[in-house]
Amino acid sequence: MAEFSIDRFVDLYATRTSGMSASEVRALFAVASRPEVVSLAGGMPFVQALPTEELLQVVREVLEEHGPMALQYGGGQGDLSLRHRLTGLMAAEGVEADPEDMVITTGAQQALDLVGKIFIDPGDLIAVEAPAYVGALTAFSAYEPRYLQIDIDADGMIVDHLEQALIRGERPKFVYTCPNFGNPSGVTLSYERRQQLIALCREASVPILEDNPYGMLRFEGDPLPCLRTLDPDNVIYLGTVSKVFSPGVRVGWALAEQSVIQRLVLAKEAADLCGSSFMMLVTERYFADESRWRTNLASLVDIYRSRRDAMVAGIQEYFPPGATWTSPAGGFYVWVSLPDWMDTKRMLAAAVERRVAYVPGSAFYPDERGRAQMRLAFCYPTEDRIREGIQRLGSLLEDEAQLYRSLQP
Amino acid sequence: MRVAVLAGGRTPERDVSLRSGHRVLTALGESGHDGVLVDPAERPLVETLLELQPMICWLALHGKEGEDGTVQRLLHFIGLPHVGPAAFDCEVAFDKVLAKEALRRAGVPTPVWVTVEGAALRDLGAGVVLGTAAERVGLPCVVKPSRSGSALGMSFVDRAADLAGAVMGALSFSEAAVIEAKIDGTEVAAAAIGAPVEGLPLVEIVPKSGVYDYAARYTAGATDYFCPARIPTDVAADVTAAALRAVTALGLRDLTRVDLMVDTAGRPWVLEVNVSPGMTETSLVPMAAAAAGMSAADMCDRVLRSALARVG
Repeated sequence: MAEFSIDRFVDLYATRTSGMSASEVRALFAVASRPEVVSLAGGMPFVQALPTEELLQVVREVLEEHGPMALQYGGGQGDLSLRHRLTGLMAAEGVEADPEDMVITTGAQQALDLVGKIFIDPGDLIAVEAPAYVGALTAFSAYEPRYLQIDIDADGMIVDHLEQALIRGERPKFVYTCPNFGNPSGVTLSYERRQQLIALCREASVPILEDNPYGMLRFEGDPLPCLRTLDPDNVIYLGTVSKVFSPGVRVGWALAEQSVIQRLVLAKEAADLCGSSFMMLVTERYFADESRWRTNLASLVDIYRSRRDAMVAGIQEYFPPGATWTSPAGGFYVWVSLPDWMDTKRMLAAAVERRVAYVPGSAFYPDERGRAQMRLAFCYPTEDRIREGIQRLGSLLEDEAQLYRSLQP
Repeated sequence: MRVAVLAGGRTPERDVSLRSGHRVLTALGESGHDGVLVDPAERPLVETLLELQPMICWLALHGKEGEDGTVQRLLHFIGLPHVGPAAFDCEVAFDKVLAKEALRRAGVPTPVWVTVEGAALRDLGAGVVLGTAAERVGLPCVVKPSRSGSALGMSFVDRAADLAGAVMGALSFSEAAVIEAKIDGTEVAAAAIGAPVEGLPLVEIVPKSGVYDYAARYTAGATDYFCPARIPTDVAADVTAAALRAVTALGLRDLTRVDLMVDTAGRPWVLEVNVSPGMTETSLVPMAAAAAGMSAADMCDRVLRSALARVG
């Protein structure tokens, strides 16, 4: 008799890998990425809108002027000229920054991982908005925290709930939030809530981790001050060029006080020595021309606004009664809540069969919640495709409702 | 000899199928065959095959289309022989509702079940009697889509109150759901290859989570496998006999995997059959072949020869 061990290292892996397994949802996404499927699942920026000729020019300039540097290792903190340039980008959102207080990371995603690495010991409590960006949860979960979930409503994180937890004696290591057009909710933290959160966290000496990938993708209304602007001393700010330029260059950053940055730089060096010098220089050069990036960004915002409109109009027309949804003033996502008996994870196979895909809500909670929710991304498909996808989803929801009614005693 | 290995496709088992296909391709190459991988989702199938002019097709497609007779019927139409059963037999084998009935009629033991069709629920008011299904098959029970693979859409139900949700989940994958009695005991897989059909050593399946679901199947290390299965010799002989009877009853050939439970009294129960069993590095058939002293190349060569014998 032989015992077949498919993986001979299975007893050697760290506990933190226990959640890393094959899943039905992943299997379905493999089908959902096929062209015949309208994918409202992935949050892919519409990079096709970027002017290729200009980018070619940018890349050529970088190689011509800084060839050896672009092809060499760099410092762990990231290229200084880029950090300078990004302070300008942050200033456009009212965030003041010193390049010394920044570390460039491989997308903001790496910053999430590094923040987890320097703050979280196994069993530590961290507070996260609920629902929260799935990539933040997976980054943090590798460090085995316990989660304090703070629900959101139309005004963002319900700060009263955090306050109640603090009064109960809970002491999270930090509070994670995506305050502008959040992923997955599309919701923006109101000004009053921002002030309340800032005051509460300062009082309790709990740092805030502000994740702001979508802040500059505002379709209407006036921008609200970033949390970092309201309290530079107690907010670790994460930025990225993924949504305003390109996710392919993998340039994000953290802005925080020196003591935090020092640790993040050491953690960054331990992880990958340094970011891509080439891509950092390309990014620096791209943002060097302010009218260029502003023009390109404005046309992206116009595209995303039309797509948001197409999605919201489609939902209004095709979704059955009982569904509610957010109408984001920016960003990439609409968050849909369905009647509680619905199970969006279970329904995904039928959706893919009908050639439309979404992300089931449960992905955005560290526990089993979010069953009756789904995230719909309007950033990538054209308006026609969005309408088509929403119509397919609407008819599926109708059929599910009919099936459910038929199963009631 | 040129062999077109069909793999990929548009089902949720696409990735698994591609892994199976690549493994078959390697094995065929080792036996000196000229294997070419064809993914019907990437290139138009008929055109590609007419251009390639293979001697025979190996179907490593998993799930609908690849296993339900659709592709087999198409190949027959364009006059290309293929490994595995004819279209009609695939159609029956792939559909648990039909396969279980065929097994029952042939006297092959399969757990008691009730079929619930989506159309019957939607249009004929079948929902009001759903509760009696739990009484008929007993609890806990297993709810499965009639036409799906890799345990996708399957769930175990302990409480009657959860039955409706489980049925909806299964119906997300298929037009009908099978509510089946859950057999306690040892889970085994029996591989049968060649003509005349020969049973390979049984593989015993011990998922660490206790449930052999999608994650347990495709996460390396999530399930322990023992081959031959750790069951008494006489019981193993009964299990193999039951598996081969299932293969015969359903008209299957060349390469089949039969999934069974051995209950606590040592009786075998056939759960389902697979006409295109997984051939990945975590799959059961390659494991069974290894236990029989056969390399993947030997096994694939035998399977291919048994199919070619029909072509003449």
